[in-house]
Amino acid sequence: MNEFWVLLTGSLVGITCGLTGVFLILRKTAMIADAISHTVLFGIVVAFMITQSLSGYWMLIGAAIAGLLTTFLVQVLQSGGLQEDAAIGVVFTSLFALGVLFITLFAGNVHLDVEHVLMGEIAFVPWDTWDVFGFSMPKAVWMLLFVLLLNVLFLVFFYKEIKLSTFDPVFALSIGLPILAMHYSYMTLVSLTTVAAFDSVGAVLVVAMLIGPAATAYLMSKSVSGMIVWSMTFGVTAAITGYYLAKLWNTSIAGMMAAMIGVIFMLVFLFKPHDGWIWKTFKRMKLQKTNIQANS
Amino acid sequence: MNALQVKNLSVAYEEKVVLKNVNLAIPVGRLTGIIGPNGAGKSTLIKAILNQLPNKSGAVHILERPLNSKDHTVGYVPQRNAVDWDFPTNALDVVLMGRYGHIGMIKKPSTKDKQIAMDCLKNVGMETFADRSIGQLSGGQQQRVFLARALAQEAEVYFMDEPFVGVDAATERTIIAILKDLKAKGKSVFVVHHDLQTASDYFDWMILLNQTITASGPTELTFTEDNLQEAYGGKLFFMDQAKSNKTFN
Repeated sequence: MNEFWVLLTGSLVGITCGLTGVFLILRKTAMIADAISHTVLFGIVVAFMITQSLSGYWMLIGAAIAGLLTTFLVQVLQSGGLQEDAAIGVVFTSLFALGVLFITLFAGNVHLDVEHVLMGEIAFVPWDTWDVFGFSMPKAVWMLLFVLLLNVLFLVFFYKEIKLSTFDPVFALSIGLPILAMHYSYMTLVSLTTVAAFDSVGAVLVVAMLIGPAATAYLMSKSVSGMIVWSMTFGVTAAITGYYLAKLWNTSIAGMMAAMIGVIFMLVFLFKPHDGWIWKTFKRMKLQKTNIQANS
Repeated sequence: MNALQVKNLSVAYEEKVVLKNVNLAIPVGRLTGIIGPNGAGKSTLIKAILNQLPNKSGAVHILERPLNSKDHTVGYVPQRNAVDWDFPTNALDVVLMGRYGHIGMIKKPSTKDKQIAMDCLKNVGMETFADRSIGQLSGGQQQRVFLARALAQEAEVYFMDEPFVGVDAATERTIIAILKDLKAKGKSVFVVHHDLQTASDYFDWMILLNQTITASGPTELTFTEDNLQEAYGGKLFFMDQAKSNKTFN
């Protein structure tokens, strides 16, 4: 049964992050996920300082606010003339450092250690349960299901709006789409996804899960909807294969899942028919050969 | 009735003034060229009219009313290089985006919307490319897709930012035929253009711009050497050639 919960948690992380990650890739803001995954620590610590509790909702709220704060600060620095990557670098390191400082200053004796935040511990997920409507499931599963539902609802309602404001914001603005509101709503979802996922798998795997499957799907698909399906599939595949390989080699589950994302990406990058690296190299060699023959 | 009326429009980016005290009144049903040297503020003028710039002053009226995106009176073709053409989508899908304003938030495109999009694609001669990834289209084909998207907006007043840049001769002919067709249907069209040689053949109204309006009016009255010299500040080399071309037509 424990194995089932760990697999389910991993798969939910794969599906939720895979779904959210698609628009991070398309909006060319993959690194903002990295930033948010670190600054949610700041949000969680502040939420803890205010409420003195480690309950899930406060963590979600704190993280959402921290994510929005990050997005907002990056936006402010950018419109002040800084490049986006520099703005992200400045904002997230400062907030992350503040988060670490606050932990050591005010929350030293609670279960909120930095290593847990970075690596997570998915193997312990089954023992931390919540009862909702008399139904007992691991806390991580509840949180992931809730955030997945939010993500799905957002896409059901605003699919065409987020797509247009990603592809052509100038045109979107001209037909009256609230592109800034879309941006902040989406970034809120990224923050919520991050915090729901990172309790079980840690900040590092969250970034891997948000970016890797979606980047792989970008190589595979010619449409946004196709990309979403591929991205979720890759996320789940990495979670399940990662779990069994970790069990086989007796190593870190989260680490193995992240490694599998890298493996899947490389496989697609190298072997994809028509525009994979190997296919292209082969075609180039063939072309050179015929050229040499034609010239001789 | 005026298609476009602009009063005391000024735009500044930080300290630098880009548009200074622009006043315009252009009647309905004209095919208007917005002409001026690089950095004259042509694209800025369109963006300011479409209410996309926060730091502007002045008043803009379209068909005698302040701009309201809910009226669907305005169609827009942004510069082609403003978007990422590797975005995973196909030609028909991009044209369908022109219907989003009519469809409204949350709702999905109907069969009728898809039919309109397909008709617009046909209009620009691209119906066989409907399912093609936009990244695989040539520059001219991409520009036609953008034009088709604006047609799908079914607007009254169109603004087009440099639609002739980097397109092949066949596309240029297609675009100008469609612009003239829009004019024949009583629509008003504003086009940012920088090729002086073709300008007087394409447009029946001209706005000569260099941060401020040098001249605005019917082409035969505004497209004069004096006005052009003023707008281009003596940097005009093409004038004689443009004139000699005209005698051939």
